[in-house]
Amino acid sequence: MRETPLSNCERQFLLKAIEEKKRLDGRQTYDYRNIKITFGTDYGCCIVDLGKTRVLAQVSCELVAPKENRPTEGILFLSLELSPMASPIFEAGRQSELLVKLNRLLERCLRNSKCIDTESLCVVSGEKVWQIRVDVHVLNHEGNLMDAASIAAIAGLCHFRRPDVGIQGDEVTVYGPEERDPVPLSIYHMPICVSFAFFLEGTYLLVDPSEREERVMDGLLVIAMNKHREICSIQSSGGIMLLKDQVLRCSKIASVKVSEITDLINRALENDRKARKEGGKFGFAELMAVQRITALKSDEVSIEMSDGDAGAPSVAITTESPPEVGRVPSPVVRAPGAGQVGESLENAWGLEQLEEEEDQPGDEVMDEGLEIKEENQRQEKSKGEVVVISDSEEEEVVILNPKTQVKESTLHASQSQPQSTGAAKKKKKQQKKKPVH
Amino acid sequence: MAGLELLSDQGYRLDGRKPSELRKVQARMGVFAQADGSAYIEQGNTKALAVVYGPHEVRGSRSKTLHDRAVINCQYSMATFSTAERKRRPHGDRKSSEMSLHLKQTFEAAVLTQLYPRSQIDIYVKILQSDGGNYSACVNAATLAVIDAGIPMRDYVCACSAGFVEDTPLADLCHAEESGGGTSLALALLPRSGQIALLQMDARLHQDHLDTLIEAAMTACKGLSDVLDSVVRQHLQEVSVLTRD
Repeated sequence: MRETPLSNCERQFLLKAIEEKKRLDGRQTYDYRNIKITFGTDYGCCIVDLGKTRVLAQVSCELVAPKENRPTEGILFLSLELSPMASPIFEAGRQSELLVKLNRLLERCLRNSKCIDTESLCVVSGEKVWQIRVDVHVLNHEGNLMDAASIAAIAGLCHFRRPDVGIQGDEVTVYGPEERDPVPLSIYHMPICVSFAFFLEGTYLLVDPSEREERVMDGLLVIAMNKHREICSIQSSGGIMLLKDQVLRCSKIASVKVSEITDLINRALENDRKARKEGGKFGFAELMAVQRITALKSDEVSIEMSDGDAGAPSVAITTESPPEVGRVPSPVVRAPGAGQVGESLENAWGLEQLEEEEDQPGDEVMDEGLEIKEENQRQEKSKGEVVVISDSEEEEVVILNPKTQVKESTLHASQSQPQSTGAAKKKKKQQKKKPVH
Repeated sequence: MAGLELLSDQGYRLDGRKPSELRKVQARMGVFAQADGSAYIEQGNTKALAVVYGPHEVRGSRSKTLHDRAVINCQYSMATFSTAERKRRPHGDRKSSEMSLHLKQTFEAAVLTQLYPRSQIDIYVKILQSDGGNYSACVNAATLAVIDAGIPMRDYVCACSAGFVEDTPLADLCHAEESGGGTSLALALLPRSGQIALLQMDARLHQDHLDTLIEAAMTACKGLSDVLDSVVRQHLQEVSVLTRD
């Protein structure tokens, strides 16, 4: 399917916002979206969430014959796939320009910078070496695939363990994980890509462009760096004209971002190691239990309202209890007694787990910032600064066990079923004040 | 660097050049009669041939047509005899499709494409002999070919590679210097405005050295643009003599 073109209106709106140094998701110019790194049960399996962009990397290994010109070196093979699952514009099995570009960038970022010691992967010189294969799959495309892919690939490589090998005379034995502990790869450094999007002839630049921003940008500059401030790769793309000073400025920003991300990866690896050692819960299945499969889930973001308030005081309408952004009324009409797939009702099982997750320090450090913002926003809302225009004059609010933060809050009385004993029912009339002129 | 000394104690490189010295550049324009524009360039032992067709109507799928500017279509290929080992696939592998993409991007930035809406410009480049700096040879050859075809550009696009050894930037790398695994940077420059149309770098380099490296590459590009300019002027003189009567 061809990409639906962006309307002129939206394009102008986005560019205007960028000109005013604002971004649709409320980020600052040099801010990244939240990065979350999750490891799977297997070694070398890693999911990276960058905002809503989600990328999975799986590292595997096999014994192969080495290349003729390098008989003592192992092989690092990288492959990135854009499945149609991530976005309707990706076609399966087609070598698009984007795919070639991403693959080559990843290759140059990881292989050409020699981030892993390939000589330690040699088993028998000239006959058998380990081939380390990194498969990166894009699960959801919400902009800035390159950064997410590079984080996922390097985190996967750091997490990966290959089977131990013993050599006695001519005999080579590959030991299973039960016999001998698998060995980690020796990583020299961790290169991480940072993307800069340029707008309006290179006048404005943004870090970590979202999908919308990518569609209106003029060009992209990707800088791969490690935390020792060594540049591993630079690539400009799109028809932009850069100036030398811009490149140098970008490299400075990149060095800051890279050291933050490296710390985050290290913390995630540390947490995973601890969880495995203690025999606790690890892997996707455990970590994702709290995520519900609903399309309408939307995260709360802090929205800057200062200008809007000043500009249009006349249209400000305050409501007594505005429905919160995250609590979207469920569109599912439940028949009495019918079960819903993926739409869990009250579940006492998950609650303990949920608390455990939140207790883990460090794992969701990036989220903490957001949490605080959310708090602030709620306070702001209670002050009545946020404008919410609701269509319905009357709404029934059902709060089910308010302590545990149940997601659905607005259901019509006819559809709501009698729930557990803790459920409280509240009826509220939403009042709409008339605009003050 | 694996026993190979890229820079001697006296400050000379493997082929006897000084760090900032370019290889000898020889170029000719208008080598083919059929094409709208063509050029041949030798940069040391790297030899490249570029051919330009267009601007013409969009061929193939109509959906590629852009209503406000011309489409630039580039194809990069390497002759099977261009390297020490015979190449099996002259084009179509990952590296050459990346190279085609970069060429396209460079010329989209430099050619005034908005003058030719709903049309297409084809640029075909072939490396006849490869001895380092393939990208730069291709860009330089293609620039001459585009000028030969009479397609307006903002400025000459000049490309040059640069490396970094022992705190000294080296301009215009040859194959031995490129394959050593050291830093290599390719830069396409519009010399008059100092704008960078493409920047690409491989291998590790400390952030503090980036400035000097880019500076060295830019100086080399400006040197190249003088050479290209003299080639164009000489070509025009020859042509005007022939067509005077």
